[in-house]
Amino acid sequence: MSTFERGPDLPPPVTQVGVIGWLRRNLFSSWLYSFLTLLALYLVWIVVPPVINWALLDASWSGTAREDCTSDGACWVFVSVRFNQFMYGFYPEAQQWRVNIIYGTLFLLMTPLFLKAFPWKTALGGFIIFVYPFIAYGLLDGAWFGLEVVETTRWGGLSLTLILAGVGCVAALPLGIILALGRRATDMPAAKSLCVIFIEFWRGVPLITVLFMSSVMLPLFLPEGVQFDKLMRALIGITLFQSAYMAEVIRGGLQAIPKGQYEAADALGLGYWKKTGLIVLPQAMKIVIPGIVNTFIALIKDTTLVLIIGLFELLGMIQNALNDPNWLGYATEGYAFTALTFWIICFSLSRYSMRIERKLHTGH
Amino acid sequence: MSDLPNVSHTPGKPAPWNDPKIRALVFQALLIGVVVTFGLYLINNTLHNMEQRGISTGFGFLDNTAGFGVTQSLIEYDETYTYGRTFFVGLLNTLLVAVLGIISATLLGFVMGVARLSRNWLIARIATVYIEIFRNIPLLLQIFFWYFAVGLNLPRPKQSFALGETIFLNNRGLFIPRPITEDGFGLVIGAFVVAIIAVIVIARWAHRRQDATGQPFHTVWVSLALLVGLPGLAFLAAGAPLTWEMPELRGFNFRGGLSVLPELFSLTLALAVYTGTFIAETVRAGIQSVSHGQTEAARALGLREAPMLQLIIIPQAMRVIIPPLTSQYLNVVKNSSLAAAIGYPDLVAVFAGTTLNQTGPAVEIIAMTMAVYLTFSLSISLLMNWYNAKMMLRER
Repeated sequence: MSTFERGPDLPPPVTQVGVIGWLRRNLFSSWLYSFLTLLALYLVWIVVPPVINWALLDASWSGTAREDCTSDGACWVFVSVRFNQFMYGFYPEAQQWRVNIIYGTLFLLMTPLFLKAFPWKTALGGFIIFVYPFIAYGLLDGAWFGLEVVETTRWGGLSLTLILAGVGCVAALPLGIILALGRRATDMPAAKSLCVIFIEFWRGVPLITVLFMSSVMLPLFLPEGVQFDKLMRALIGITLFQSAYMAEVIRGGLQAIPKGQYEAADALGLGYWKKTGLIVLPQAMKIVIPGIVNTFIALIKDTTLVLIIGLFELLGMIQNALNDPNWLGYATEGYAFTALTFWIICFSLSRYSMRIERKLHTGH
Repeated sequence: MSDLPNVSHTPGKPAPWNDPKIRALVFQALLIGVVVTFGLYLINNTLHNMEQRGISTGFGFLDNTAGFGVTQSLIEYDETYTYGRTFFVGLLNTLLVAVLGIISATLLGFVMGVARLSRNWLIARIATVYIEIFRNIPLLLQIFFWYFAVGLNLPRPKQSFALGETIFLNNRGLFIPRPITEDGFGLVIGAFVVAIIAVIVIARWAHRRQDATGQPFHTVWVSLALLVGLPGLAFLAAGAPLTWEMPELRGFNFRGGLSVLPELFSLTLALAVYTGTFIAETVRAGIQSVSHGQTEAARALGLREAPMLQLIIIPQAMRVIIPPLTSQYLNVVKNSSLAAAIGYPDLVAVFAGTTLNQTGPAVEIIAMTMAVYLTFSLSISLLMNWYNAKMMLRER
């Protein structure tokens, strides 16, 4: 009498698991996909190795002059020689510690905002938004603190890019809140239409015409004897432009607050300002942080446009350096460096915004 | 009884300074007062300043002779035309680059958006890398890159990249054959128009028949046959009234054919690559917004891949895609103004640039330029509102 003995389980076919299985599932699942995969592989092959060779393997890294670039690859010497200018513009080298202090303290001040346990976030945030810009201006310009005066025409490079974007965003925030509230004030048709016209006007025109306007027309608007320098004029244009986009983002947040919250505030007998300030805005602002970060990213990218009205932010400094007769023909290196800088800033900000979005999305 | 005072139990009116309606009125009156005063103050300053600096006002300058040339014009233009004409030259150039940019960005964006969702791992990765790289780099930088680093470093005309001796790419631009129509080409165009009308009629008829009887009709194939066949027959009947003028190398540059300025080429490329990333994300979001249940329901009904996409997925995805897509198109129009930075003669470069510098009425010129862009934006948002109202999900 023989008993049935169960043999050991056969392993799954080699073609279904492991590396081969993964390849079959993800790259060669059909004739069409196999063809596309091969095409894509070819594309990667003709693009990636030459770029890596050019940028890293064949590149010249050290030196002080054009003659040090002997290889076929990128000449990063161009960037390293001019690195100081790309960061600080024409800010005198002996005074650059001021710029460093400003960005250093800003970084230190911002750190607690990302810590969960820190209790005075609102106060610190308010300080950074409303007080710090003035301290920073005083230190950069120097006149208020009795330091050597550095006119705004000498500011430049990446530090100017961040000043333009940061000030533009911070100054646009309060204006944006007011505009968004005004656009939702249905019981005040005149105020509402003024806000709608303002918002739609700035959203409808390109930033470059706004900058043209602020550099050409603004001086005409001012009374005699009052003059703003170029940076101030650009900042005014950017702020007005940005406030319209900010208002639309905040309006989205206001609309997302359930009606019950408004009604509950009414039922408690709160007036308009208390209702808005204590109930609606705190909830709305929290929702719109990702949106604000996204407009901030767009603004950082847009600040490059100020080079058209003659301010030398990072891209402007690069263009300036490319015109140096000693360094003609290194456009690709300059642009690659700028692109990488902008990419790091914008990409990390967009990841940050996505992280907040996920954190806020608690899945109701 | 009767001497009891007649007490009203409804609450009395609040004091006027507490009445929300009166408060709103007063506040708005104040607001308008402030805005108007501020506006008058600015206008007053402007008039005063212009008088002081001797800047001419009014639109009279539009009739003066411009006296400068423009490198590309879609309408007849030379130095003897007026400043008013430069406005239209610039406007048409803006429209040209915007249309080219929109078409190429849409193609690139849809392909990349679909590719990012592909089940093919490599394709999806490539699409992701493309999107994440190019949307985080400023557009102006990309334009500069394509123009200064790539466009101007292309080989000289003698060594240009050639595609079958018909299309040439070099540092003077892109050269393609120019179609030259002869007598009788109107017949072909007429046939094409007839074909379009026929297709519309057939599509409506097929739709109505399918609604009534359930019988499908091969609208797509019939339409294609009509659209290609009718003009094709007319073309043959008229004796092939079309020749191509080939670009030819003469001396240091190409003559003949259609030439595309390197500025236009770089600008279109940068706009397409940059906007393509945003369109790709829009398309991805649209496709992902169609819930998986829809796909499963379509499979359960026995639909194959193509009709499932055509009848179930795409119509629902388009509802989500189209509103952000139009705002991207609007961005292309606005971003085309960056042309001024590389010297492509668009509205901003020609009119708000050269014309402004030569004549001086800043307020008028900037206002006209802004009005153009505002008209685009407002008309597109009106169109969008109409579309949204039409396409809104009709729930029961």
